Amino acid sequence: MTKEELKNNITELLPSTTFDETGEFLNVIIASDELLPFMKTLRSKSEFDFDYLFCLTCIDLNNHLMMVYHLISKTHNHCIVIKAKITDTIKPEIESVNSIWKTAELNEDEVYDLFGVKFLNHPNLRRLFLEEDWEGYPLRKNYVDENMIKL
Amino acid sequence: MKILLSYSFSSLASKISTWLSNVISNEMLLIITKMLILGISLLAFLVVLCFFLGYMERKVAAFMEIRIGPNRVGPKGSLQIVADTVKLLFKEGLTPDASDKFLFNLAPFIVVITSMLVVAPIAYAKDFQLWDISIGVLYVSSISSMGVIGILMAGWSSSNKYSLIGAMRSGAQIVSYELSIGLSLISIVILSGSMSLSEIVQSQANGWWIFKGHIPVIISFVIFIVASTAEINRAPFDLTEAEQELTGGFHTEYSGMKFAMFLLSEYINLFVVSAIAATIFLGGWMPFHIGSLNGFNHLMDYIPSSIWFFAKTFLIIFIIMWFRWTFPRLRIDQLLNLEWKYLLPISMVNILLVTIMTIMGWHF
Amino acid sequence: MLLEQNHITKEGEFVINMGPQHPATHGVLHLKVWLDGETIKKVEPHLGYIHRSIEKMCERLSYRQFIFTTSRMDYLSAHINNQACALVVEKALQLEVPPRAKAIRIIMAELTRLASHQLWWACMGLDLGAVTPFFYAFREREAINEIWEETCGARLTQNYIVPGGVMMDTHPNFRKRVKDVMKQIKDKAHEYEELLTGNVIFQERLKGVGYLSREDAISYGCTGPTARASGINSDIRKLFPYDGYEQIKFDEVLNSGGDCWARYLVRIEEMKQSVSIIEQLIDIIPEGDFQVKTKNVIKLPKGDFYQRVETARGELGVYIVSDGAASPYRCKFRSPNLSNLSAIPKIAEGAKIGDLVAIMATVDLVIPDIDR
Repeated sequence: MTKEELKNNITELLPSTTFDETGEFLNVIIASDELLPFMKTLRSKSEFDFDYLFCLTCIDLNNHLMMVYHLISKTHNHCIVIKAKITDTIKPEIESVNSIWKTAELNEDEVYDLFGVKFLNHPNLRRLFLEEDWEGYPLRKNYVDENMIKL
Repeated sequence: MKILLSYSFSSLASKISTWLSNVISNEMLLIITKMLILGISLLAFLVVLCFFLGYMERKVAAFMEIRIGPNRVGPKGSLQIVADTVKLLFKEGLTPDASDKFLFNLAPFIVVITSMLVVAPIAYAKDFQLWDISIGVLYVSSISSMGVIGILMAGWSSSNKYSLIGAMRSGAQIVSYELSIGLSLISIVILSGSMSLSEIVQSQANGWWIFKGHIPVIISFVIFIVASTAEINRAPFDLTEAEQELTGGFHTEYSGMKFAMFLLSEYINLFVVSAIAATIFLGGWMPFHIGSLNGFNHLMDYIPSSIWFFAKTFLIIFIIMWFRWTFPRLRIDQLLNLEWKYLLPISMVNILLVTIMTIMGWHF
Repeated sequence: MLLEQNHITKEGEFVINMGPQHPATHGVLHLKVWLDGETIKKVEPHLGYIHRSIEKMCERLSYRQFIFTTSRMDYLSAHINNQACALVVEKALQLEVPPRAKAIRIIMAELTRLASHQLWWACMGLDLGAVTPFFYAFREREAINEIWEETCGARLTQNYIVPGGVMMDTHPNFRKRVKDVMKQIKDKAHEYEELLTGNVIFQERLKGVGYLSREDAISYGCTGPTARASGINSDIRKLFPYDGYEQIKFDEVLNSGGDCWARYLVRIEEMKQSVSIIEQLIDIIPEGDFQVKTKNVIKLPKGDFYQRVETARGELGVYIVSDGAASPYRCKFRSPNLSNLSAIPKIAEGAKIGDLVAIMATVDLVIPDIDR
């Protein structure tokens, strides 16, 4: 499917979404609580068939966090980027997509470790890189490490 | 030249013996002195042998691996192994806190002692044998399987999980391969009608068993080499150590001289196994003869018997080293499959063939 | 209290920690392995022993500097990592790279892939207990490293690429040396066959071990040779060509076996493909500039940029969120090894300890790339 077709189909599916077409891929911005059912449809519906989650990450945009999912379909060879906005930066929570794509497990662990986003229904949520008692989430913009050398 | 050719270990030994009995009149003291001399010379021999084997292994490995090998310490690097020993001597012999200290420290000695015991009945040259025991073959196979106790002890007492797995593997492996070794030895016992190693060598005066015994003996020989490689825990059967899987297996926790003892016993075992194979299948110190080619046979007789023995032994040692440096390691289940599904049934059938062959007198 | 906390294993469980210091984990990977005898019940990876927070560092570095941190991720395909970063900057700035620079980049990338696969082959033998192959593979790898050394002065972390081309022109000996090395690799190919590929024990150790089905490989996000051995066409050089790969004739190596043996064969075949790519290009490197002039301070336009390349281990994605400043707002490296690692607990289940070593060897993990 082309970008336009994807856009039309997704608008039918979820009318409240906003789109961002400036980049290489079609960016779909949704709210965090809509994520799991929306992702399930993207995976299961045969015209989308996004079976391959190739990049999962998070961006700290100061007043909110943005989960970014890069998806590709091996059958149709089209890509899409889903951005889920998490407004609560103190206790960010979002549904895990591990049940759809297994690769999410370690990637979500990583995001939990470095951004502090709590994934619900994740099979084994743990700090992947840092110690269990590490304070703060290093990739947040407001993270301060007093050992860091000022440049 | 004449002196060199007529030189033999046996005349040297008898000279020393007569000289000793002239000097020492007390019967008891005489025996003790002889024992001491034998023990010390045997120990010295084994240490020198291990040094040489260590050097040889490095050079063989380097040859297989397109590199030069040790070349700094001593001429052509020949003293490298001495330098290594000195290094190991000065290292701290660590004993882990959680280990069973008595067994942990005892294990290397058991391993070394058992492997040194097996050296006793080997015939190094014509009439030159430490202990011509009438059940030589039985003695060798029973004592050599005792080494596993030391390995199990080392692995268990280390209180390290990798060591434990290594020790358990070792137990399974050695107990299994013991059978094949025993059966392939028995095929020669049947043929020669004796268990004494000297008599087995004598029975090959008119030809080595590997030539006289047709295909069944060749099969026995191959099985013996494969099974004994497994028995002495060398690659491709080094699952007990399996560095990439178990980080060193049963000797993970050992350091310094205690570790060196395991190395020592490995090399002694290597020598023993090759010496037994050379004795049983390749005629021991017997020279190579071809039927009635008298001129050739006479020429071969000029080569001292000790050279014959060591040449054969080192040929087999080289083959076992060759295995080590070219084969990947087997997996534990493949290892046990190889023994129980292939080697053991084959050697059982082989025993039957050898027995029939002996009864019918089909061998040369 | 502490004792109670440490009591994490239940009775009857036998847990060993493979790593962080273990000969088979090639670095500081820590696998917690639950065993039943020799059979593996469960594997859990623990990471972070070499984490340097490269993504955080990148947020303070300029677009010229941040390329060089990526050499330290997958240090065996350092050049290809650099290429990915340069490409994302070029894509954002819409820079057109001169054809000479493109050709040099591809030759160097394929040399990197060859060197990386040779190191993998060496360690593959080592992991399975055959020490000798190591030296044979390093003989050729050394020759490749010498090409690197001659042209850019570095052997492992080359840092040869800058946005807009390559840092300097190739050494005058470059063409001759590359040709010599290609000839050497082809001449010595039979030794590789004889040492490992044809060895019965080696085949027995790999065939039917560590099966990864196509569906699982997709679900676990596997890429690179690991995915291609399960029959997924995941070669970025074919799917999303960059730097002129679209003009080169080469086959995407696929194998539907899914086991360790298939992964082994895919990598062996990929080496041959790399040699063929280099041979196609080495005589027709275009003349001209090796770099386009860029501004001293590169500023990317506002927006998201994603660029992927095929490293020796799979798909490396560089995701840059720019706010228009001279350094990235957020920089994410999608590393091939993290996804490939996540498949290991699945494929290792029910295998033996020896198999786990074989699986890790064929998946070919580089730990700094997982930890970043």
